[in-house]
Amino acid sequence: MMKRVFALLLITLTLLVLVCPISAEDELPAYSTDYDWDRLADQNITLNVYNWGEYISVDDGEEDAFDTIAEFEALTGIKVNYTNFASNEELYAKLKNGGSSYDIIIPSEYMVARMINEGMLEMLNLENIPNIRHLDPSFVGLEHDPNNRYSVAYMWGTVGIIYNKTLVDEEDDVETWDILWNEKYANDILMFSNSRDAFGIALKKLGYSYNTTDEAELNAAAEALKEQKLLVQAYVMDEIFDKMGGGEAALAPYYAGDAITMIAENPDLAFAVPREGTNLFVDSMCIPKGAKNKEAAEIFINFMCEPKVGVYNCYYIGYSTPSATVKEYLDAEIVEDPIAYPAQEVLDKAEVYLALPEATTKLIDNLWTEVLGTAGSSPWMVPAMMLGCIGASLGINLWRARKKRRNGQ
Amino acid sequence: MAWMIIFMIVPLLLIAVFAFTTTVPCDRDGNRLDEEEAAEIIAEEQAYWEENEIPLDERESAVVEKTIFTVQNILEVNKYMPTMLNSIWMALVATLICLLIGYPLAFMISRMHFVSQKMMLMLVMLPMWMNFLLRTYAWMTLLERNGLINRFFGLFGIGPFEMINTQGAVILGMIYNYLPYMILPLYSVMTKIDNTTIEAAQDLGAGRFNVLGRIIVPLSAPGITSGITAVFIPSVSTFIISRMLGGGTNMLIGDLIDLQFLGNAYNPNLGSAISLVLMVFILLCMSITNAFDNEDKEGGMLL
Repeated sequence: MMKRVFALLLITLTLLVLVCPISAEDELPAYSTDYDWDRLADQNITLNVYNWGEYISVDDGEEDAFDTIAEFEALTGIKVNYTNFASNEELYAKLKNGGSSYDIIIPSEYMVARMINEGMLEMLNLENIPNIRHLDPSFVGLEHDPNNRYSVAYMWGTVGIIYNKTLVDEEDDVETWDILWNEKYANDILMFSNSRDAFGIALKKLGYSYNTTDEAELNAAAEALKEQKLLVQAYVMDEIFDKMGGGEAALAPYYAGDAITMIAENPDLAFAVPREGTNLFVDSMCIPKGAKNKEAAEIFINFMCEPKVGVYNCYYIGYSTPSATVKEYLDAEIVEDPIAYPAQEVLDKAEVYLALPEATTKLIDNLWTEVLGTAGSSPWMVPAMMLGCIGASLGINLWRARKKRRNGQ
Repeated sequence: MAWMIIFMIVPLLLIAVFAFTTTVPCDRDGNRLDEEEAAEIIAEEQAYWEENEIPLDERESAVVEKTIFTVQNILEVNKYMPTMLNSIWMALVATLICLLIGYPLAFMISRMHFVSQKMMLMLVMLPMWMNFLLRTYAWMTLLERNGLINRFFGLFGIGPFEMINTQGAVILGMIYNYLPYMILPLYSVMTKIDNTTIEAAQDLGAGRFNVLGRIIVPLSAPGITSGITAVFIPSVSTFIISRMLGGGTNMLIGDLIDLQFLGNAYNPNLGSAISLVLMVFILLCMSITNAFDNEDKEGGMLL
């Protein structure tokens, strides 16, 4: 029996190896030959990779499809268990709760910074990741991780305003965050439903930094958001694809990479980056503390930095690559697209989110619930309601008891 | 019994523990530190470690986190009372409408021929076989400004109406999703009411309203209370419906709890405190309905 299973496995493996390299790849460079890819092949390792949804190239049945995970497994003999998360915060909560063990995670820069501060990441052995040399110098040693001790950049992008050309007046200036406060578009504006991005926009509109810890500035931003709430149709994240695609709303701030996808589906849409400056986000590959297969994880990171893999991932995801080598191999059409690769002056004005002190994060979340929640409050409400409920319950029971007694007589 | 303890008592205790504790920074001897003080020490340490390239497992911070007892979380819930009241109000409205729709329907089903009864029950439950998210998502496409309903009205030159992103849409979502939980317990109680009981009342001269008020309602009271419970509790703590159909502009208490766990400021203590207060409220509400239930049962017996 075992023998048969083994034989079957062998056949599938051979098939995999045979089938995979068929896809057209004449121009793309082969995997580095000076790297010992399969050194852990006989250790029967399973690598737990935890990534954003739709954030890696998979075999979607189209021509030229590239299955990153299968390629990696075939090359290194390491099995991959691939799972998704929906937000940085979800990832953080999962790791903080413990109980689950991951070897690779891909958070955004502010979450990387927070995790570094809280000692949640393992230090990388860069000797195992020689492919880091492909990275563009501007994505090496970023502010949140100056020596790339903990993270290697995977994809990046900017935040801007997606707008529907048929619904927005041509005379209106879309290259400013102020348009999201324009009363003309009341009920036609969508807004981020996560507090960091929403506050970021309000802060930039007011001319402050994304990473301010000043209470007065944050309060001002909250006031601006409350004012905007009257104009906002809905607070959304991924629902935006449907709403903008279907022409439900005129304006919405979102990520550049997703804007490209949306514009491809609905040509009425366009994308603008506000002059006041915007957010530059960098999602990086990290190894969480306590990872069981650190070396295998480093091999994985090195694999993801391979130019060939990078090119396929770029085509699939639509986000911008931090790798200079990958950029050389991409279609000129993509590299010249100002949405994906904005001009230097835009990048100069862009600001990265940093980890905020706990007090500030708490303040932002409090203000955010204030913005979204029902207004008006007084400190005696809980006790009053409790007393009311207890009173009602007691009253009914007493009344019942009395009635019973009377009936008994 | 052991399973009861593992799956019901332990989670409850965990919530209570979280609700009444918080973590504060302390030094190694267990003395409490100021937040700012602690942040300074950590920043200094971090810089020192980076400079001297000390490996991770050798880094030992002078600041440790200690869990202490506090009622601060519970007091903080005060701030979110309007949100909670709003949720309770909307859940009450949804429950009431469910009862108004579900009661006659359940009665009608219970009086039908056996085969049709099975058919109707199946129809009631059919939507429940679909995923909850998918059902709510479907309503999104229906209610949108360019959605199916508005396009239909558009054919006659009426509209478009603002239907999505309103409180009404959220209540509609609750009703649609939880209506079966109202109908099923009502039905199971009503099938046990014998037709002869009703006929006897009519023979004794009871009119239509008398039959309803003095026979059917008292006899179906247990179904009413369990139906109300089954609809009210999930409605009050629902969290995705308000985001999908309400546009996130009207945060409900469920969204608030969600935010404490998956939001920027990861604060499970406050989240647990809010759930605990909500639980107490629900418990009190339930005790009121139960009181009515017993009352009616005794009344029924006396009759």
